Amino acid sequence: MRKHHLVVVALLGTIIISSSAHAKTTEYDLTIDRTPVNITGKTLVKVTANGGIPAPTLRFVEGDDAVIHVTNKMSEDTSIHWHGLILPGGMDGVPGFNDFLGIPPGETFTYRFKIKQTGTYWYHAHSMGQEQDGLYGSIIAAPSGKDPIEAERDYVVVLSDFSEEDSDDIMMNLKMSSDYYSTARRTLGDFFSDVKTQGADKAWKTAKEWGDMRMSQTDLADVTGYTFLVNGKSPEQNWTGIFKPGEKVRLRFINASAMSFFDVRIPGLKMSVVQSDGQNVEPVKVDEFRISPAETYDVLVTPAEDRAYTIAAEPIDRTGFAIATLATREGMKGDIPKARPRALLKMGDMGGMDMSDMEMTPADMKSGWSEAGTPAGDKALSYSDLRYAGIQKDTREPGRTIEVHLGGNMERYIWTINDKKFSEAEPIRLKYGERVRLNFTNDTMMAHPMHLHGMFVQLENGQPAEKLPNKHVVVVPPGQSYSVLLTADEAGEWAMHCHLLFHMMSGMMTKVVVAKLDAEDVPATKDTTGAGSAQGGHDAH
Amino acid sequence: MRIKIMMIASCCTLSLAQPAAAAADNIKDKAEELRQEHGGGIFHMFMLETDYGRNEDGSVASWDWEGWVGTDENKLWLKSEGELTDGKLAEAEIWALYSRNVATFWDAQAGLRYDVKPDSQAYLTLGFTGLAPYFFETEAHLFISENGDFTGRLRQENDFLLTQKLVLQPYAEANLSAQEVPEQEIGAGLADAKIGLQTRYEITRKFAPYVDVHYGRKFGETSSIAKSNGEENDELVGSVGLRLMF
Repeated sequence: MRKHHLVVVALLGTIIISSSAHAKTTEYDLTIDRTPVNITGKTLVKVTANGGIPAPTLRFVEGDDAVIHVTNKMSEDTSIHWHGLILPGGMDGVPGFNDFLGIPPGETFTYRFKIKQTGTYWYHAHSMGQEQDGLYGSIIAAPSGKDPIEAERDYVVVLSDFSEEDSDDIMMNLKMSSDYYSTARRTLGDFFSDVKTQGADKAWKTAKEWGDMRMSQTDLADVTGYTFLVNGKSPEQNWTGIFKPGEKVRLRFINASAMSFFDVRIPGLKMSVVQSDGQNVEPVKVDEFRISPAETYDVLVTPAEDRAYTIAAEPIDRTGFAIATLATREGMKGDIPKARPRALLKMGDMGGMDMSDMEMTPADMKSGWSEAGTPAGDKALSYSDLRYAGIQKDTREPGRTIEVHLGGNMERYIWTINDKKFSEAEPIRLKYGERVRLNFTNDTMMAHPMHLHGMFVQLENGQPAEKLPNKHVVVVPPGQSYSVLLTADEAGEWAMHCHLLFHMMSGMMTKVVVAKLDAEDVPATKDTTGAGSAQGGHDAH
Repeated sequence: MRIKIMMIASCCTLSLAQPAAAAADNIKDKAEELRQEHGGGIFHMFMLETDYGRNEDGSVASWDWEGWVGTDENKLWLKSEGELTDGKLAEAEIWALYSRNVATFWDAQAGLRYDVKPDSQAYLTLGFTGLAPYFFETEAHLFISENGDFTGRLRQENDFLLTQKLVLQPYAEANLSAQEVPEQEIGAGLADAKIGLQTRYEITRKFAPYVDVHYGRKFGETSSIAKSNGEENDELVGSVGLRLMF
């Protein structure tokens, strides 16, 4: 116990010392309002920050005291969450957590926190569907010294999915009919073409298996009808980043979509991935990468020719493109790549379900979801490629494993964590300082980008302990498991949720409490290693 | 509270100006709001199908309005259906049920059904509704009339897509009776059944015109009663209609 008191004292000490030290204050004002915008050719009232979508890019230097005054001019509460930033719980911006009450209409809330890190992050509303309705923006935290990632040009590339509908209506429509937005449901024609290509027997069996489960093979995206944007611009408006041939260009990709995964490529350019979720990684050369809602990737490219290069981000349901251009001057436009075929889900996307009485070939057992249509010979980024650029400080073995089952009922549009919606769930309690493994198991047929507030997790991606990459979002593909490690070194109440907005709004969220617990309260159930002792220092198991 | 928590974060960073009690209330309200907004919300769905058509004898107009308001678990389920033949109200039912989600795909229901026509009659209603394997939308209900008569109704339908907008929906319905109900001209056993095919074009998911053809027939004793009254014991109806979801 004494050790933990020391930790607290040390922590308080650090705060007092650091706040008395000289630090630069960087201040911003954000005014949140519902104002008319015209992106798709139709004037719509959306949620804007300082009148625009996206909200302004906030730039800080590591060590800054950030002071952000957020004024709510709407007639409903709002809030802003600083996605990926390590900060005190009360500044994290989730109403109902850490005594934060949201920002009522007409009021100004001042967020104050220290910038303790560097990298590309973002911010968005954490109230109802305001993020879908336009409230998102980027954050750049520059190193106080020289940036190890050197580039002549530096652009933020915010991807988003813009709907002409209001988020409340989208939520209602999904509850009315969960396939409301499905535009690629299997037809009788699809069945007969399967009969032709696979034979009647196989086609019938497949249809029977999916029908038996009452699930759809085409469920890649719950919401459609989006216009996909780059930095708030439609493909027609074509956001353009200027370069001189031979220059090194840093692109900070942020997926600020509410619901859309993208496959990103720049035909003609190799991308060197240098940062993931704001944290520097050892460079990986790729031709394309898949980015989930709320993930960020920084890449370096070196366009050599005097021409336009198209940045193409294609949603995985292939219903369009977010398009931007890298060009040597304004007004240039490159070719728009051909849409790739839409993947079909397979039995392999159905983990945790009883498939013992089904007849399946090895091809059926593969994941349909992960088929990106990457051309042969091209390299797509994989989580296992990511190696932290620094050296992880905490390489302790986890003291215990916490199972996190991602579940849902697609028919009723209910999404759960460990079989509970947020409205019914008990928090996950972690002891301050403890090292745990979170083992996510996806029992559904959709991928879930799981986001933990307040702390980075380390992907257990097969790299050595000191090289595991830090992430604030981890994608758990359909039917699969993925584990991460976590050092619970930030006290507070932290939201953990699926970053598909309408999954979160339907219940896929839980609370993680990091606090100093009495020894007898440390949960001991379901622990795989049976640890969780109050002695601290879990290194020798 | 089983667990004593010392929130390091809150003692370091928060200095609320409000009186502590009011602040605690606010936090409670906010936490409740947060639950409402993440899985505890109230939604609704209503579907109205109205159509007009003909059988061998004349015109038939019908409506079927059905839907719910409530949470994922607890809903008020409302339903009204009826028919006008040659402009005269022939059948009209109004239902109000409490609907409880009891399994992934199923709700159990209990409440009242009230018939305005052909006879004014109230029924205690028990049943379930949901999605059976192979996507059969299913409704099964048991009715106990004021006189203590037991009857039941089973309905199933399924959607087959020709395109993303053009949908074939075959459906079947059967009415059963545990005993003879002379005042309603119903015999014991399978009383009547209907099979039909609705072909709709979903201009949007909420607005879909359709054509409908169905064949209905009385069976057994019910059929004999109809015949002895000089009535037809079957009918073929073709109609056009509109389906709205709201």
